[in-house]
Amino acid sequence: MAELGESGDVHKGKGKKRGGVRAKKISTRIDMTPMVDLGFLLVTFFILTTTMQKPKAMQVVMPDKADTTKHEEESKIRESEAMTLLLGENDKIFYYFGNQDPVVEVTNFKGIRKLLIDSYNSVLSLQRQNGWKTNGVYVLIKPTKNSKYTNLVDILDEMKIAEIKSFAIVDVTPEELEMIPK
Amino acid sequence: MSKVKMPKTSVSIDMTPMVDMAFLLVTFFILTTQFRPDEPVSVSTPTSTSTATIPEKGVVTITVANDGRIFFDLDNQNSRKSLIQKMAETYGITFTVDQQNAFATGSSIGIPMGSMQGYLNLSAEDRKKVQQPGIPVDSTMNLSNELGVWLINARIAGSNPVILIKGDAQSNYSAVENVIKTLQNRKVLRFGLITSDEAMPTTTAQLK
Repeated sequence: MAELGESGDVHKGKGKKRGGVRAKKISTRIDMTPMVDLGFLLVTFFILTTTMQKPKAMQVVMPDKADTTKHEEESKIRESEAMTLLLGENDKIFYYFGNQDPVVEVTNFKGIRKLLIDSYNSVLSLQRQNGWKTNGVYVLIKPTKNSKYTNLVDILDEMKIAEIKSFAIVDVTPEELEMIPK
Repeated sequence: MSKVKMPKTSVSIDMTPMVDMAFLLVTFFILTTQFRPDEPVSVSTPTSTSTATIPEKGVVTITVANDGRIFFDLDNQNSRKSLIQKMAETYGITFTVDQQNAFATGSSIGIPMGSMQGYLNLSAEDRKKVQQPGIPVDSTMNLSNELGVWLINARIAGSNPVILIKGDAQSNYSAVENVIKTLQNRKVLRFGLITSDEAMPTTTAQLK
């Protein structure tokens, strides 16, 4: 609007300045840059402090110590169906099949996956042949005192990956500790 | 040659939509964010492919630090108050109302019952500075196995909470074993191990 008035003045000639002091034209636009800066600073802060990833839980079911009927059932596992994993130090896994004069071998968390799946399949075919319950291999997980907590979680995870349903966390016996090759 | 005059374009950009967006994001993050409660010890959990989420309320978290110290936490403030009252009854200690409130507003605790009163008498600032020795755990069912007593009382006070173990990946198994044994002794046969995400391997299908 001010411009229109200005151009209208031309006809009246003489000085541009008449009478009162004209208010300087003030732009209605505000520089929003600092506001954007502030906005993104806050965004960054909240992104960094927020925990988007919620922790997950792994369900564990332990046998009841007092419940003896469960123990009897446990002892019914045939030797040819059982596999024992001893979690040792430095992420080593010692394993053997059966119970009578076992040959203890060593592997690690890279090799255990194939091993578990192989033994699951071989036990399963054995069970099918003989008409036993087709539960696959029975895995006994025995973490030793020298193992780390992450080893236990990793091996439980391997059970899930290999889809082994029948496994238990059991205490190590002194005889088994003897069997671990030094 | 007549020069074609380019219309003078303004160099300033209209920032309004940008501001709108920035503050929309700020609002979103303000509303969704949940500040981490003060933990007496930082724990890096192991990873697993497990996808089960943990419930938001009614949770008992037993933390195992990488040096083997044990911490106990019940998340509900009202339950915490009745928990400390029950603990006081069991150990024959009386806590003042101030001490009870100090406990109720706190988080994970790793103080033996013997020095609990002294700890709760400290100011909130000083309590954060205390190096907590961890809750005593052994393989017995006695009062000396304080974790077991905490557990029993928390189950009554917190109306059957979900029990979770938050162990540091590098903590020794023997520390975790004591906790699991205690849970087993106290008939907590279902519990969760808190883990962080890991992608499910895709190679298993080929192996089978």
